[in-house]
Amino acid sequence: MPGPTRGFLGRRRDRDPRLPPGQYDAGTDWPVLTAEPTPRIAPETWSITVDGAVESPTTWDWDQAHALPRSEYRGDIHCVTTWSKFGTWFAGVSVDSLLEAARPTAEARFVMATSKTGYTTNLPLEHITGGKAWIVWEYDGKPLPIEHGGPVRLLVPHLYFWKSAKWVTRLTLLQRDQPGFWEQNGYHDLGDPWRQQRYQGD
Amino acid sequence: MKAPAGGWTTATVSGVRRPIQRSVELRLDVHDRIDHLPGQHYVVRLTAEDGYTAQRSYSVASAPGDPLVELFVERLDDGEVSTYLADVVEPGDELEVRGPIGGWFVWDGETPALLVAGGSGVVPFVSMLRHARAIGREDLLRIAVSARTLAALPYADELAAAGALIALTREQHGIRPAGRLAAHELIPLWEPGQTAYVCGSASFAEAATQLLETAGQPASSIRVERFGPSGPPA
Repeated sequence: MPGPTRGFLGRRRDRDPRLPPGQYDAGTDWPVLTAEPTPRIAPETWSITVDGAVESPTTWDWDQAHALPRSEYRGDIHCVTTWSKFGTWFAGVSVDSLLEAARPTAEARFVMATSKTGYTTNLPLEHITGGKAWIVWEYDGKPLPIEHGGPVRLLVPHLYFWKSAKWVTRLTLLQRDQPGFWEQNGYHDLGDPWRQQRYQGD
Repeated sequence: MKAPAGGWTTATVSGVRRPIQRSVELRLDVHDRIDHLPGQHYVVRLTAEDGYTAQRSYSVASAPGDPLVELFVERLDDGEVSTYLADVVEPGDELEVRGPIGGWFVWDGETPALLVAGGSGVVPFVSMLRHARAIGREDLLRIAVSARTLAALPYADELAAAGALIALTREQHGIRPAGRLAAHELIPLWEPGQTAYVCGSASFAEAATQLLETAGQPASSIRVERFGPSGPPA
């Protein structure tokens, strides 16, 4: 570890225990960070497909997805650009409900999430199962705003937020890991904020 | 093209300039440096006596061929890192840095590019412009920048000298009256096969990408870097 930076005192000494290392509390802000133009997707043209290493590749349209059991997340989110946001409230369906229908094969170990824009991000399968990941269309009781991935985004709140792909339309199960968009561009394959896995090699 | 990526290292502050208010340009001698591509950024990590750390990303303004790495830092009043860099750092200080980082918002020096920036979003484009000058390919770049006033526009002289379209929202500039950037102003800058790069605040980036799409730029050839309160990128 290098020594201290001359004259740097830092600001936050009584660290909120909800804050992972290197993060700060963004308060009521919710910064928007996206690599492509924001797509306009009408709910009636949106669908989510689960395919790849599954027994029954399945597609749900807007109404079919909403007919699945509603599931909520209340808690914190963490962006690799160092902001965290406490006490968020999202609603949609658990990814478990989608996988229950599509039935991953015994060989499936990873998943690639793909957005309407072509954005991709990779995740280990065990990080989106067991109540750890959602497909969400509601934030704070209202429709998810387009700039935050509306009408529907992936939500994997225990990992850095680039894993929570905006405008998600496809989850492809894979036997072997493949890097997604930011992962090809130097970011970490897992992205655990508590281990500060920001960049490849962290 | 695989963009270069560097790990944590130390940089010695070689120069500190404050050409415009509420910002600082840092010239860094990066130890064991890996050359960047124009558009990439660096992370700066500060460590307090008790081990507490804070880190933020900043775009590189210098060309890859520059012996030093130049970072432009906008000073945010509540910015834990930017206030330190703007108010405290002096030549001779050592900073912990990591870079270059990012492989999406980069220019290869060969593709025609339309660069559209708001405010301090010009910084990665200054790197592209300086690189284009160094390799004699300024003809590949078209630049449009927006700011409230000329005094608030980073690298204004350099951008003006390169023939950038400068749109000021609060004051007249030459014959251009005060006002926001308009789609009809971008159309003359557009060329087939061009990649468009947009960099600025979330609201500027949203407006600018819509202008580009109005002007006929396919969404698939637009690359966007939005600044949150936390700076670029991702």
